[in-house]
Parts: sequence; C-alpha cells; structure tokens
Amino acid sequence: MASETRSDDFVVFDHVQKSYDGVSLVVKDLNLNIGKGEFLTMLGPSGSGKTTCLMMLAGFETATHGEIRLDGRNINLVPPHKRGIGMVFQNYALFPHMTVGENLSFPLEVRGMGKDERETKIKRALDMVQMGAFANRRPAQLSGGQQQRIALARALVFDPALVLMDEPLGALDKQLREHMQFEIKHLHESLGITVVYVTHDQGEALTMSDRVAVFNDGRIQQLAPPADLYERPDNSFVAQFIGENNKLTGAVEELSGDKALVRLSTGELIDATPVNVTAKGQQTLVSIRPERVEFKPEMMPPGAHMIDATVLEIIYMGDILRARLRVAGHDDFVMKMRNTIGQTKLSPGQQIKIGWHPADARALDPM
Amino acid sequence: MTDTTAPLTTADGRPLKAALAAAQSRARRKAFFLVAPLLLFVVVTFIIPIGQMLQRSVYHDGFSKEALNLAAWFDANPEGTAPDEAAFAALAADLRQMKDNKSAGEAGTRINYTVPGTRSLFTSSARGADKLEPPFKEALLAQDKKWGDPLIWSAMRAASSPWTSDFYLIATDRARTADGGIEQVPEKERIYIWLFAKTFVLSALITGICLLLAFPIAHLLATLPMARANLLMILVLLPFWTSLLVRTTSWIVLLQGQGVVNNILVSLGLVSDDGRITMIYNQTGTIIVMTHILLPFMVLPLYSVMRTIKPSYARAARSLGATSWTTFRRIYLPQTLPGIGAGALLVFILAVGYYITPALVGGADGQLISNLIQFHMSKSNWSLAAALSGMLLLGVLLLYWLYDRLVGIDKLKLG
Repeated sequence: MASETRSDDFVVFDHVQKSYDGVSLVVKDLNLNIGKGEFLTMLGPSGSGKTTCLMMLAGFETATHGEIRLDGRNINLVPPHKRGIGMVFQNYALFPHMTVGENLSFPLEVRGMGKDERETKIKRALDMVQMGAFANRRPAQLSGGQQQRIALARALVFDPALVLMDEPLGALDKQLREHMQFEIKHLHESLGITVVYVTHDQGEALTMSDRVAVFNDGRIQQLAPPADLYERPDNSFVAQFIGENNKLTGAVEELSGDKALVRLSTGELIDATPVNVTAKGQQTLVSIRPERVEFKPEMMPPGAHMIDATVLEIIYMGDILRARLRVAGHDDFVMKMRNTIGQTKLSPGQQIKIGWHPADARALDPM
Repeated sequence: MTDTTAPLTTADGRPLKAALAAAQSRARRKAFFLVAPLLLFVVVTFIIPIGQMLQRSVYHDGFSKEALNLAAWFDANPEGTAPDEAAFAALAADLRQMKDNKSAGEAGTRINYTVPGTRSLFTSSARGADKLEPPFKEALLAQDKKWGDPLIWSAMRAASSPWTSDFYLIATDRARTADGGIEQVPEKERIYIWLFAKTFVLSALITGICLLLAFPIAHLLATLPMARANLLMILVLLPFWTSLLVRTTSWIVLLQGQGVVNNILVSLGLVSDDGRITMIYNQTGTIIVMTHILLPFMVLPLYSVMRTIKPSYARAARSLGATSWTTFRRIYLPQTLPGIGAGALLVFILAVGYYITPALVGGADGQLISNLIQFHMSKSNWSLAAALSGMLLLGVLLLYWLYDRLVGIDKLKLG
C-alpha cells in the first residue's frame, strides 16, 4: 500500500493506463485523487476515456497498468460485486422482470439482509426520491424521469460510500434533466456520499460538480472547480470545450508579468493574460468569452486596446442578443449582449469598436 | 358533465359510430381482398384436409352401409340382447347383399379392426350366403361357429353406425367387451399409450438436450461483435439449409458400426474391435440425430431474445453486489424465458411429430408415434391413423394452451 496516500483521498487513480487492443492507449497515465464526499465530474467528448475510467473504477474493466485505490485499498483485483460501489447506468438498467420494490430489494437480498430491514431501507430509499407509491410497478410502466429516480434509489439503497453515474440524465428532456440535476446535487449534499459523475454535457458538469476533470485524448486536460474551468481554462482544448469561445491567433508582442500584448496576424494589437506563453514572439491562441466582449468605450478599463469590428448578423435569443462580427479577418466572432431596455441596438453592416478586460482574454497554446 | 350521455353525432347528425364504421369499411374490404388468396389457400390445403382426416377418425361406413338389416335389428334390440333367430336372419340377408355387391371384404375389414382375424369370416360366409336356409342361426353356426362369439356381435353393433369411437378406443389401448362395456386390452397388447408416452418423453429429452446445447451458443452469438456473430450464425444455419435426408444419412455414415466415430474410438484403443458401440438404428440414434436437426429451432428464438438483453443489466447486478452465478440465475435467465419457452415449444412440437429421422435411424426401438401413424396409413387403416393423429394434435394443442397460460403466447419470440 502506498504510504503517501492522504486520508482525504478516498478514490485514487495512480498512473493508470488502459489499452483495449495492445496498440493504442485509451487512458494515458491518469492520476486523480477524489476526496471523500466530493462530487467529481469527468467531462469530455466521446472516446476521451472518461467512461473507461469509470468502468475501471466500477470493476468492469481492468487497468492495463497502474493502481486504483478505494479508501486506501488497492481494488485492481477486487471483482465488481465486492467493491460496494453504487452505480447509475446510462439507460437505468432497471431489471424489467422485477417490480420497483424487487429491483431495490435485489442488492439487499444478495447481502443477506432480513426482510424487515430490507423493507425499511427500500421505503427510505423510495421516499428519498419521492417514489414511495411506486414500489409495485414494473419499470416499463414508469416514465423516463421516474425510472431515473428508481435507478438512483437502487444505487443508494445499500448505503454505498461511493456512487458512480454514467451519463444518467442523457435520455431525459431538457427540463426534466435540469430538475434532476438539482435533485442529485441535493441527495449528494444530504447523504454526504462521494459521487463520480460522467457526462459530455458541460452545462451539467458546471452546475453539479465540486470539481470537474476535463478529459481529452486519454488525459485529464484540466481538473478544477467549475468557475475556474470556465473563466480560467488552462489550454485551448478546455477553452473550446467549455462554453462558447472566440479565438484569435497571433504572436506575443510584449510580455510583462501578468499582461501580454498580442499582435494578430492581421496586424491589430490586443490585450491578454499570458497562460501558456512564456516568451516574446511565441505563437498563441487568444480565447475570449462572448459575454465578456464590450463595444461601449465607457465600459472599458483605461488604456485597453480596442479593435475594429463589422456587425454581420444579430440573432435574437430572448434573454440575450447574439451579434456575429467580422474581427481580424474572421467571420465567426461572437458577442453576447444582455437584452435590457436601454441596450444599444446594432444593425448588420454597422462598424463598431470592440475590446475586453485583459484578464478576460487568455493567451493559450496555439493548438 | 351532463347527466344524460347522448351518443355523439357527426356534424350532419349521423351517429358517430355509424360514420366511423362507414369510413373504415372501405379499408377493411381492401384488407380482406388482400388476405383472401392466402385465406383460400389455407382453407383448401390445410383446414379441409385436416378436417377430413379428423372426420375419418370417428367415421367409417365400411360395415354400416352394407349391413342395413343388422343395423335395423340392433336398433330394435338394446345392448346386451343375445342374437336371436331374427338377428341371424338379418345377418344372412346382409351377407347375401355383400356377396352381390362384392363388399364382404370391406365390411369384414371394418370388424377386423376391432376383433382381429374376422375378415375371412365375412368373406367365406358371404361366399356361401346363397346356400343358407332357415333356421339361419344353426346354418350360420354350422358354417363357422365363430358367429356365436358375443364379441363379434358387440363389434358389429358398434360398427353398424358409421359414427364410431372405436378407433379412439384402439388408439388408447382399449377394447369393447362382449356385453358392450369398455376395458383395457391385456398388458402385452398395449402399444399405443406406451408409444405416446415414449414419444413425449423422448421429445422432452431432445428438447432438454437442445436447450443445454443451444443456450451457450445463443449467448455467444448474442454477445460477439456483429461480423463474427454472423459467421457463427452461418455455421448454425448451414445444416438448416441442407436437405434433411442428407443430414440424416450423414449421421448414419458417422455413427454406424463401421462408421467414423467407431473407427476413431477403435483406433484410439478406447473400444475393442468387437465391442463397437451401437449408436444408430436404435433409440440413441434417434436422439442424437433429432437433437442435431432441431438445434437451430432452439438457437434462433434464444438468440433473438438474448440480443435484446443489454449487457448493462448484468453489470448493474454485479455492481449491486451479486456474484456472477446470482446474476445469471436472477437477472439473465429470467429475461431469456420467452426465448426458452418459444424454442422449447417449437422443438417439442416438431419432435413429437417427427417422422423421417426415426424412420431412417430409429431401428426397432427408436420409433415414434408418427412412424406408427405412417404404418397404419400404408396398411390402409386410415381411421386408426387419423385417431392417432388426432390425439397427437390434441396433445400439442394442450401444450400450446398450457404455454399460453404459463408464459403467454404474446411473449413468444421466434426471431
């Protein structure tokens, strides 16, 4: 057992690698510590290795190299049914030939629990997800949202300390999904369980998690709380993957402490915060969030650079207005404006000047 | 809600139900015309022949249409009345009639079914019928004293009506007694019930072996990647596409005394040259070959059901703490039940009625009920063949009903 395991490291991935075919690695050197009671989300595009990591933790896949520890114990060779990990599956995997009550009873029966104790626990778990009246129904008689709740109750009924969720809300419609996000979050808080949640929906990851691990190409690209992830992406992939994002490419003109001046390929100068650049003359990709772009000079910090832009299109989206601009030769620069009473009306073809706070523009690796 | 619920009407006041029926009748008529050719085909080639065959099992006029005088006497005198002079007179008249019609053989055959060895009694007596003089009782008894046998009179009474249960009696190993009662035939002569039982037991055994063999194959097929599963599926289906006769005879090549299997066993020293195992032309042969031939009928329904069982169920069960055996027993197996039911029902029904394989490889003790049906067909005892078939059909329908009660026909998945 590794001596450096910290007490709050409930789940540890230690140099874990996974290959299916012996030719390529699906998971390349994964190191991840998850604290007890934490809600950690693995976020990434399909094929990024996040589900494989979850399956290794659940015991359905074995790590090709490295060690996975649960509560200080190496579980590489522990079969799934002895890990005591609750799991919620993508399509719920409720046993169709059993009633809801029997589904919940199953994990308790295989643990040899007595009938009275089982009934108490089942009732408690069903009440927890507000499905107390449904114990005698079959899964097929329930709606998607109800099935989701039952799957959740089944994963929690045997009081596991760790619950894994594999895109559990993927099959629900938007409204129900958002509602369930809150419920899962609430359950997590009230029960104090550790949750590892896999999703490809960044909105879900941001709203629910304590920390998010962004996966791509078998590696964790960034592991950070949601706000950091969104506002301070470490690299271009994270900036692209999380939220909407404007990209401008150029070379570093000046570099001083936490400020950089970037000359775009078309000649304009813009402000940025250096993240992945270390020297003058380096190629960089500057990332700016659309809602942080300003076109009113009075809103700009003094001395900030502004550049020319042409309004190409205004899209009305209700709460916000989206303006597509031509900036530095790119036609896909997006600016978001709040739809308020006093908002300046822009029209296509209009020439404006735009700028941003230097902290909002991040000079990242050129991809 | 109003308290009077008047029937709904369309905008122009017609009742809604009538309007709906009118609107749909055109579509319904069209659908009927599309189905009509098949319906006609099924009626002409299936329902009518089966109906006729089943009718034969309870209808045989071979004797009744020739023995009108006897029929009249039987009608006038109740069961158990000893044949008097009038009865023998009627018999003599009928025998004369049979001689004129040259139908004594046919009538005798009908009585021969229930009292073996009586056909010649009719033909010889009919030959001498013209010379019979009253008193007929003495004359006929002088000709052949078998005419005094009450069994024959009981059989003639039963055969004097074309509608008869005689063939079902024979098919269930029972016979009429002289006083008109019904009893089981002596133990040595009971063949049908025993053969029915054997057919059902062997079919159940074959179904069981098929299930044991097919379950892992179907599971493998259902879990393999599509390309490899298809390849394996061809291996399962290849025998299916080969002629039944070819498959059966190739088993003969493999299993016979000087066949491939025995030769290998002898060359390996597992079996001595004089101790070659008899694997064909007996019950073993029937079981082996029929299992092989019926295996695809078990694999296909199982496969189609297993393919719909998502692997996440097993994973969920494992994550909930179940061992792999518990997962199989409580999660996987129950979900394959519709496939097991369909496959077992299909294989069992096919096995119960199987003819050609037991006929070719069954030898003496590997014969099933269908072989006996064929035997009676070839011996022109169609009515008995029909009665046996009727009982077989009844047995299968009973099974089907049982399946419907236990599992539900709507759950049947054949592919």
